[in-house]
Amino acid sequence: MLEYVFRRLAGTVPVLLAVSLFVFAFVHLLPGDPARMVAGPEASLEQVERTRAELWLDQPIWSQYVRYLDQMAHFELGRSIKTHEPVSKLIGERFMPTLWLTVWSMVWAVVAGIGLGVLSGVRRGGWEDRAAMIFAISGISFPSFWLGLMMIDLFSVRLGWLPTGGYGSWQHFVMPAFTLGSAVAAVMARFTRSAFVEVAAEDYVRTARSKGVTERAVIWTHTVRNALIPVITLTGLQFGFLLGGAIVVETVFAWPGLGRLLIDSVSFRDYPVIQAEILLFALEFVLINLMVDLLYGLVNPEIRLK
Amino acid sequence: MSATTAPAVPATHTAIRTPFGEFWRRFRTKRVALVSLGVIVVLVLAAALAPWIAPYDQATPDYDALLEGPSWVHWAGTDTYGRDIFSRMIWGGQVSLTVGFLSVVLGCVVGVALGIISGFFGGWLDGLLMRIMDVMLAFPGILPAIAVVALLGPGIVNVIYAIALSAVPVFARLVRGTTLALKQTLYVQASRSIGVSRTKLMFVHILPGTMPAVIVYASLRMGTSILTAAALSFIGLGAQPPSPEWGAMLSDGRSYLGVADHVTIFPGMAILITVLAFNLLGDGLRDALDQKLRT
Repeated sequence: MLEYVFRRLAGTVPVLLAVSLFVFAFVHLLPGDPARMVAGPEASLEQVERTRAELWLDQPIWSQYVRYLDQMAHFELGRSIKTHEPVSKLIGERFMPTLWLTVWSMVWAVVAGIGLGVLSGVRRGGWEDRAAMIFAISGISFPSFWLGLMMIDLFSVRLGWLPTGGYGSWQHFVMPAFTLGSAVAAVMARFTRSAFVEVAAEDYVRTARSKGVTERAVIWTHTVRNALIPVITLTGLQFGFLLGGAIVVETVFAWPGLGRLLIDSVSFRDYPVIQAEILLFALEFVLINLMVDLLYGLVNPEIRLK
Repeated sequence: MSATTAPAVPATHTAIRTPFGEFWRRFRTKRVALVSLGVIVVLVLAAALAPWIAPYDQATPDYDALLEGPSWVHWAGTDTYGRDIFSRMIWGGQVSLTVGFLSVVLGCVVGVALGIISGFFGGWLDGLLMRIMDVMLAFPGILPAIAVVALLGPGIVNVIYAIALSAVPVFARLVRGTTLALKQTLYVQASRSIGVSRTKLMFVHILPGTMPAVIVYASLRMGTSILTAAALSFIGLGAQPPSPEWGAMLSDGRSYLGVADHVTIFPGMAILITVLAFNLLGDGLRDALDQKLRT
């Protein structure tokens, strides 16, 4: 197992380096002078030159990259062009709201997705199966921002049950987590169903049933448990989707998270913030995938040996 | 399959089953997919014929009819400037379908080419290309599109590039897998042994074999692309007002929730119906084309 962990960790390094290289190159890919971009349009020539020296933009490119990696390792992410605050502070403030939003969305997605998937697997061909699969295909086709607005219209504006947006009590979480998680729930329901159906056709399930194991035990112990192994991988991959989706959902619900910070930064061309955010999102995604792989190796010994 | 059981009386002639005939035989039994295809045809026709069939000019304001609800005069009501929402939805179809189509075609062509090259040549080239695809896939969901828009600036053309870019690794991986399998088949080995050139092997012998899976993914990808484009416009990074893009129209309606819901409801329904149709079509195609993916 330990060897597997090391191998997977080693495999992540090149991806992370490439991601950092891309994010580093970002500012250089922009049309125009990066020093001018960072210093802002009103800055004097002298200020621009000072910024250039501060950012090491007058140094050879490889030395800039090495310095950049060093800074990242120490969480020195520069300052926002808009507010002049350290980027690490801005991101620090916004990190927890986004984390909690994705976590609660995932809880909803896992409960609804696996529940519906197993239900339609068990009642294959029945009306429950059809209803669940209609939910699943609509779930991935629903524009999340539209679903969110429709819910605000009904539950906030008309019924007054829930706040229209913002962050704070549990009531603030209900609509954003539902909106963000539903598409993932839909994907998980379809995937769980097909995994369930596949496992249900295995010989050992037939054997269990023929030797008189109760139907409940056949479903939960023999089928669901084995069907859930591939679902773990999917859950990890969908975390990435949630991180991406949070960008849109946060805009709908005025959520003070990383997603809205990113949109605001893009509109304002606040490049240090954009760079840091892109790096952070990619980093989170890569780390989650790593964790999923390790978890998978723990559950399924076959994988470790490959 | 039941076709293999020999008939009692030997048939005098056997109809030759072309791959397309085989596909059509299976596809036409999928009612949902056929209906979806019909919906898509209607949407495409409506968008193409927008100048002739839209009841009003989509850009002309009518200050005597601001935010009017749906009626016989304005089927989907009017927006803040009194513009007819139904007409704008028809015009908006041009934007959404064009963006979806172009970004999928662009992403597909680049992705398929990279996938075939990677799978065919193997070795260090394959390793390098696939690692690059891994890195591209490390940016989750809508993020690569936002990064590209942040670089190139907002606007609908940049949205096409952005969405195409995020589709490239998906197609590349898919096609690489199929290419690896096809490379080992007898007909490719045979062609190689009689000295067919590598380019011809790749693009004449292997490429057609990758198409079934590519078509399925392209259809599913159309749905995703239209959704992403609408989302980008909604957050203000895609089509800019006064473009009648569905996501941008919907965004306009946000301030009038509870007062004039129709401004938000109708464009959202247009997005939902279009994306749903492409997803259901993709599902039907998958069942009819790709035996292995069936469940």
